[in-house]
Formats: sequence, C-alpha cells, structure tokens
Amino acid sequence: MTELNVQSVLSQPLQTDAMLPEVAMISAVNPETPGVATYTIELQKQEARENFRFQPGQFNMLYLPGIGEVAISISSDPAKPSELLHTIRVAGNVTSAIDKMGAGGTLGVRGPYGSHWPVETAEGGDLILVGGGIGLAPLRPAIYSVIHNRDKYQQVSILVGARSPEDLLFPEEYDSWRAHDIDVLGTVDRADSSWPGRVGVVPMLFYSLRPDPRRTTVFTCGPEIMMRFVVYEALARRIPKERIFVSLERNMKCAIGFCGHCQYGPTFLCKEGPVLSFERVEAFFNVEDF
Amino acid sequence: MNQVTPNPGEQVVIPKTALQNIMDALKERGYDLIGPTLREGAILYDHISGVEDLPIGWTDEQSPGSYRLQERSDERYFGYVVGPNSWKRFLYPPQTKLFSTRSNGDGFEVIVEDQPTPNYAFIGVLACDLAAVKTLDRIFIEGDIQDPHYSKRRENAFILANNCTEPGANCFCVSMGTGPECRGDFDLAMTELKDVFLVEVGSPLGAHMLNGAPWRLAGAMEVNRARQALAEAESRMGRTLDTSDLPGLLLDNLDHPRWDEVAQRCLSCANCTMVCPTCFCSDINDVSDLTGQETERIRIWDSCFNPDYSYVHGGHVRPNIRSRYRQWLTHKLASWIGQFGTSGCVGCGRCITWCPVGINLTEEVAAIRGEV
Repeated sequence: MTELNVQSVLSQPLQTDAMLPEVAMISAVNPETPGVATYTIELQKQEARENFRFQPGQFNMLYLPGIGEVAISISSDPAKPSELLHTIRVAGNVTSAIDKMGAGGTLGVRGPYGSHWPVETAEGGDLILVGGGIGLAPLRPAIYSVIHNRDKYQQVSILVGARSPEDLLFPEEYDSWRAHDIDVLGTVDRADSSWPGRVGVVPMLFYSLRPDPRRTTVFTCGPEIMMRFVVYEALARRIPKERIFVSLERNMKCAIGFCGHCQYGPTFLCKEGPVLSFERVEAFFNVEDF
Repeated sequence: MNQVTPNPGEQVVIPKTALQNIMDALKERGYDLIGPTLREGAILYDHISGVEDLPIGWTDEQSPGSYRLQERSDERYFGYVVGPNSWKRFLYPPQTKLFSTRSNGDGFEVIVEDQPTPNYAFIGVLACDLAAVKTLDRIFIEGDIQDPHYSKRRENAFILANNCTEPGANCFCVSMGTGPECRGDFDLAMTELKDVFLVEVGSPLGAHMLNGAPWRLAGAMEVNRARQALAEAESRMGRTLDTSDLPGLLLDNLDHPRWDEVAQRCLSCANCTMVCPTCFCSDINDVSDLTGQETERIRIWDSCFNPDYSYVHGGHVRPNIRSRYRQWLTHKLASWIGQFGTSGCVGCGRCITWCPVGINLTEEVAAIRGEV
C-alpha cells in the first residue's frame, strides 16, 4: 500500500542516525541538456540497496566529503528502486564536483526524504503535470507511476517548458509517454530555426487544454515564478487549490527538520514538503522574500 | 525516627551553605557541575566546583542593549537573572562533530566515533530557561526523528532548578507562561529565602542528592514565604508581551511597514539568535585535513540573520534585513507554535539585552498590533 497522506510521510532513513550517509557509487552518467546530466547511483551496501524505497517527488541528500551536501530529487521510477537516478543541474560547489567526478565517483547518500506527489489521490480523474527546466526531473517518477497505472487515470497531460529547445529535458522519452495516451506539450522561451513548436512560457500551455475542474489535479515543479503562474492558470480554470500541488525548494542542511533552513512559514519543506498543496502554501506564496 | 531521604513532591529546607553538600553529592556521583559564575564581565553558565564559584552578592542590571554587573547590598546566592549564554550551549553545543570520513583508494568510508556523553548537573536553572530546555526537547527528542547528540546529553543531565524571585528589567516570563516558578521536569527546585533554601524534590535522584545535607521538612511559614516571593516576582516583571493570537497577528501582517522600520535599526548581527535559549538552527560544515584525506563533518550553530542561511542556487531567498528580521520574529512567536505546539519564546529577555541597538521584540509586536 502506498502512503496516502502527503503532509506527513515519514522518511525511512537508511541509517539509524539520520545524519550518517550511506556510501554509494556513480555507476553511469547520462548527459541530458547543457549543464544537466542523469547519474545512476548504486548504494554500496547490499542491504541498503535492497531496502531502498522511495515515492515520486522525494529527494536524497548527496554528500561529497570536503565539499558539502545538497538535496536532489530522485528522477527514476519508484517501481524500480534499485535503479536510482538523480538528474542534476550544475549550480554550485557540490553539483559541479559531482559533474567533474563522473562515473566511478563515490558519494554519500541520505534519504529518501520529504513528501511525495499524491499520485493515488489523483486517481480516477485527470492529471496535468507541469515542469519547467530541471523541474521536470522530480516529476518524472510521478509520470512513471501514472504510466504503470494508466488505466486508473482519465486524461493525462504533461506540459514541459525550457529556455531553449536544447534545454528541454528528457525529449527522447516524450514519444514513449505519448504511447501511453498522455498528451505531451512543449514550449520554449526562445526558439531557433530548428524548433517547430510553441514559443512562450509554460503556463501558456494551459490554453491548449480544456481541463474539467471537477476532476483535475495539477502537479507542478519549476522556478517559483513559473509555478506562481501555473497556479494562477489552474485557479482561473476553477481547479480547487487543494488539488494543485507545487514542489518548493529552499536551502537544506539536514533534511530532518533540525537545521531550520528550509522553513516556509510553519512548514519544514524537508519533512512536510517539498510537495505541498497550494492550499497549504497560499498564505505565503506571493509574499516577497519569504 | 527522622527520614533519611525526602520523598519526591516534598518540600524541604536547607541552610544556604548546604547547597555545597548537594554539589558535593553530585560531584561524587560523577556529575560535572555547570552553574552561574562571574566571567568576562558577565554572569555566565560554566563549569563550577562549588558555591564559592557562584556570583554571591552580585546582580545584573539589564536594559535594551545593555548589561552591567553590580554588587548587591546583600549576600544572595542567586540575585540575578540570565546572562548571554544558556543551557543550550551544554545540551546542544555550538559545534558538534557528526562523523568523519577517510579516503580509501576508490572512495571513502564513514567513521563514527563513540564520543563520551558528559554528565552535566545544571545548578540554578531559572523557570524561563527550564521552559527553554523543554522547548529544545520538543525539537530534538519528541519529534519523528531524534537527535542522538542532544538526547544523550539531555538524558544524563541533572537539573537543580531555581524559582525566580528577582526578575530583571527585560524579563517577561509571566507573559509567556513559563515562570517565575519552575513547574516540573527538574530533579530539585529551590527558592532562595532570606537565610535558607526551600527545596522541592522533583525526582528520586534529586532526593538522593539531599542525603548529605542537613535538611528538614519545610514548615507552612517557609512555604508561604516562598509563595509570596514568587507572587511578588510575578508582579515585578520588567516587560509584558500580549500573546493573544500571535500567529494570526504576525503571519497576517507580513507586509506591515514596521518590518521596514525595524530593518533600519537591525544590524542583522545574529546576537539575538545566539543568546536565545531556544534558537536551534544549524549549518553543517566540512573540515578537511591538508591532504584532503580526512574530513570531519561539523554541525555548527547558524542564524536566520546570516545572508547565506537562505541561499539557494541563483540567490538568497531573504536578501535583506527586513525579510530576515521578519523570519526570525514570525518563527519565534508564530510559526513555532504550528511546528512544535509551543511558542519559541520563553520570555527570558536575552535578545533585548544583547541586541547591540536595543531592539525589543515586545515593542515590535506591540507596534504591529498598532499599540505604539
């Protein structure tokens, strides 16, 4: 049985002392878009490998000694927990060190942490998944879950946006998603002559849909400004705020609610987030510098 | 025949000098005594060996942005309130080594050393600070995940609490419902009377520590005198804070102009968070040896006033003092209640005293309430 309550999914840490990482190896690196690659991670201890389970939208803490630790969403299929993937954009010290290290490198893994996309509560209705840039990575496990249970959903649409055509994430998979009767729509902020598709920001893709607000659930992950407009478009179509889910990002040091960094009002994004219903975050969503 | 050991719940009287007997008993049992002592021009909690290390006959005069030691006209053992450090420093040290790693050819191994857990006996824990310890318990022990470092220290700690009869000018424990009387969660709790300590026994261990002291069961007169002293203390609080619906007040006023105003004064120096007995935020740093072969992972106190506290790729979520002060105050007084079921503030007044520009959170709240 999968956990239904998104607000209080208890993590199942790999270690009894939740701050201790498991040693893991990068067994493969798959370049995605400029500055982004997907890393296959193999936990060294067999027991840890066998016991590792995660839900779509959860994240791990990846650690490199002497460099630091970062929270990175899992981008692989929750039904294949042994094939653990993280899709990482080079952004800071740790991510560039992981990038330089490449296949064969060793890192520490703690997790999985956080709440997940409520794929079960969306069953029976329509689902719209909206990913901007690297924000599609945390959504991919949800996409795989939906595909495994495709008959439990009605209309499923995936809206993907990126800055430029070459920044579109996982383009080689779009056709396989479409093969499961999923609409995949893409758009880019800036096109070049090779791009036959839409130009514009992701929330605009809502104009191509006619969602039925009585049965539609929205999952979105991307830059906060993008999610703000996705929420706006969803609300404009009368989709109730308790069925709009965002994945928020803040600085995280511990991922277990001790370090304080990821607070979003009363919410610790590491424990009750990163996936939260808009209803839960509405009061703070438009507050500047919160 | 006289009782050898009082029972938990009983109140006894000991001469003031018998505090030394309790300390000796604690030391004999292997406790490391931590209590108030004069250090660096302030009364700090630190290692003490006996009553001679207590700041007997001293007091602390506090006001916003000011702390001064003064000699008293009497020989009170505990005639002062709280200084710039708190018991937090001992239960949740400013730096904690979490683990270390060592390179081993292909990669690295994680090494966890068994660190001995200190046996602290806290001497003179005031009611506000006792509430602060209980607040830290909620964070580090009573949640889904326990912090092993805090839990072990806390489990070992002996608490000799201290009912506060001399509140300071920045104190508002009555407003926060945390004092001046220590309610539960202590081994012993004393009230300093003119010539004696009235001691309430909170645990069998506490009772045991009285064995070597010349104690007798308290009489109604002494109990009444302690009651009266506490009632007087309650009426002499330096400050008040209207706590009615603080979450509503603060979280519904995130755009209040007062945040801009206080940002003009606040230096974002983080003093308030460092002296706060409940502020628990931490950063985690790596310290490597010169070869890079061995790395220690160190948890270190952090503050929401540090710009990097809110850094995510691309920038700082809270890039200015306005947003950082707002984060601190709304967390302390409002969102903390949603997180841990209690306020993050115990009314000790440290943040008011040790703010270099004298920002007084009770005034800031009153201003947002529209009362100033």
